[in-house]
Amino acid sequence: MAEAATFERAPTPGAEPGRPILEVDDLRVHFYTRDGIVRAVEGVSFTLNRGETLGIVGESGCGKSVTAMSMLQLLPQPPAKIESGTVLFEGRDLLTLSDRKIRNVRGNEISMIFQEPMTSLNPVLTIGLQITESIVLHQGLSKKAANQRAAEMLELVRIPDPKQRLGEYPHQLSGGMRQRVMIAMALSCNPKVLIADEPTTALDVTIQAQILNLMLELKKDLGAAIILITHDLGVIAETAERVVVMYAGRKVEEAKVKDLFSRPLHPYTHGLMGSIPRLNEVVEEGATRRLQEIEGTVPSLIEPIPGCAFAPRCTFATARCHREAPPLEQHRPDHWAACWETERLEALRHGPE
Amino acid sequence: MAPSDMAPSDMAPSDMAPGDMTPATARAATNGDAETVLEVQDLKKFFPVKRGLLSSTVGQVYAVDGVSFTIRRGETLGLVGESGCGKTTIGKLVMRLLEPTAGVVKILGTDITAVSGRGLRPYRREMQMVFQDPYSSLNPRMSAGAIVREPLKNYGLDGGSIGGEKQAEALFARVGLKREHMAKYPHEFSGGQRQRLGIARALALNPSLIVADEPVSALDVSVQAQVINLLMDLQVEYRLAFLFISHDLAVVEHISHRVAVMYLGKIVELTDKRTLFTTPLHPYTEALLAAVPVPDPEISRQRLILEGDVPSPINPPSGCRFHTRCPYAVERCRHEEPPLIEVQPGHAVACHLREVGAPPIKLEKRASATA
Repeated sequence: MAEAATFERAPTPGAEPGRPILEVDDLRVHFYTRDGIVRAVEGVSFTLNRGETLGIVGESGCGKSVTAMSMLQLLPQPPAKIESGTVLFEGRDLLTLSDRKIRNVRGNEISMIFQEPMTSLNPVLTIGLQITESIVLHQGLSKKAANQRAAEMLELVRIPDPKQRLGEYPHQLSGGMRQRVMIAMALSCNPKVLIADEPTTALDVTIQAQILNLMLELKKDLGAAIILITHDLGVIAETAERVVVMYAGRKVEEAKVKDLFSRPLHPYTHGLMGSIPRLNEVVEEGATRRLQEIEGTVPSLIEPIPGCAFAPRCTFATARCHREAPPLEQHRPDHWAACWETERLEALRHGPE
Repeated sequence: MAPSDMAPSDMAPSDMAPGDMTPATARAATNGDAETVLEVQDLKKFFPVKRGLLSSTVGQVYAVDGVSFTIRRGETLGLVGESGCGKTTIGKLVMRLLEPTAGVVKILGTDITAVSGRGLRPYRREMQMVFQDPYSSLNPRMSAGAIVREPLKNYGLDGGSIGGEKQAEALFARVGLKREHMAKYPHEFSGGQRQRLGIARALALNPSLIVADEPVSALDVSVQAQVINLLMDLQVEYRLAFLFISHDLAVVEHISHRVAVMYLGKIVELTDKRTLFTTPLHPYTEALLAAVPVPDPEISRQRLILEGDVPSPINPPSGCRFHTRCPYAVERCRHEEPPLIEVQPGHAVACHLREVGAPPIKLEKRASATA
């Protein structure tokens, strides 16, 4: 559908209205555990443009959260170790910043929202204290001014009676409210980048819809760029502009969201799309489709994987796939995939039609 | 289980006298078939809320408040709703892991709420459960083979070491596990394999009913499909009745024949899945469907985004429990509780704005609707 339109909206990189604000290059994070070295992230690179929503999608253990956490030096080292890579944010490499300097970035220029708001909020401090803490710290406002600002933030995320809520404790709020407070905290210093790690996974679907809506609206108003990390392809489809697909610590595909869903180029992405049940599918087809299965399970990250990490589960895999890791290549404009057999997948897609 | 020992009053549901509360419900919920495996009538479960030094009861959590439905052999009833709506409690009540406050749960025609102790044993083997977290529901100190054989041993059907081994082997093969897996322990399995193990254990006694509470929610997307396909295959093969509890509407739509939508302890809509997903009649169902993110960026929908949170089940709203969030609510909704009635053949809904026989038109938003 509207292929031409898709390309129209995709001018040459560099010329995008949003220039890169965050550039991750060849990030490699390993964990040194008793069982061995867990190669959680194996050379991941991506760019986030100003004002853009970038989705990072993958299953548990694919390294999507580790990527986000390591960008802000949030992983305890050891056991984690950043083996290589740079994370350039406005010309500075975040990975080499001192503790003091990275603290000035965290919660100020780059904020993060986590999956479980109950565990990321301090249960013995009031909501007000937790929001004002970062405002006082980073913006140097007085207590009173910070309180005023905190109330404004709560109002912004549509919490009723913001003034009263400031004096309440996290347990007094519902899950959706807590996540709103997290968003208010994250946005209180007008960050340029917001990293949201499964922000709605713990929430019910009606609340999820509210929160996603809110995040996108605030993004529009405040102009922050968002990295949205999730396993939910539906959330990605509805919110992201560009998508990075990760598997076993590697980036396997990157594309504009429409291209990714209409023509996935990596067999893993293709398999994921076929494996999810979709709403109203029955209606279209009259009978229930059998879900496409991806055989086997995610590989152990302890054993080094010489070839393509997906090869053991891939129906297209050849001897070469098991031997040599495919490089990430641009197959179509702005559409990258790391696969030796992309042509065969494309042929299959066009074949039966 | 031979149903010959049924009490004479436990007739097939089609012959059932209309109940006092919701006569039409019972009919909508039943398809009038002697093949009924599970029949739930006006089931209630209230949990006391205790406070203070003497733990005096200060209130009740109305977890399940008057729910009725039936499931036939070979049929899957999907139970959807958001957290706290009571869907898991229903699963536990059906399994008799919880004592109901009121109501009837009939397994193959016998009311098991009236049976206790040893008398329950023959019914327990007819109903098995598959849990959300396959890890915490498997004994870490037992080998996989022993886990699957345990129910057989409990019922003296193990047939000694060789016979039991054979049976377990067949079950392992059926759920897609290998023979070598029998000697392994739960921690050595992946999430998907553990769920297969849980399913093998549930199948061991050849039950009539399987209650599956969020069986794929903890699994990765690529593995989810494997388990869903397996459950659907097994259902056809053994003509199992499934009570499939999930918050994931897409999964429920895929696997179910009929779907019940719950809100704050009550079923608000119950019909076949096709009708439910194409012409939902209850405003809550409509909102729930609209809230599910669709994995297709080409579709941009007009969304009905509900405001506010689910109210507390300790103090549920008066009248229709959904009226505080309903964009269509009228005055009547605030005072009078709508019964679940069959408005179209096989389509039951609990909403004042839906009358028997009325066409399924879109409702008009009310300006006066307040929270």
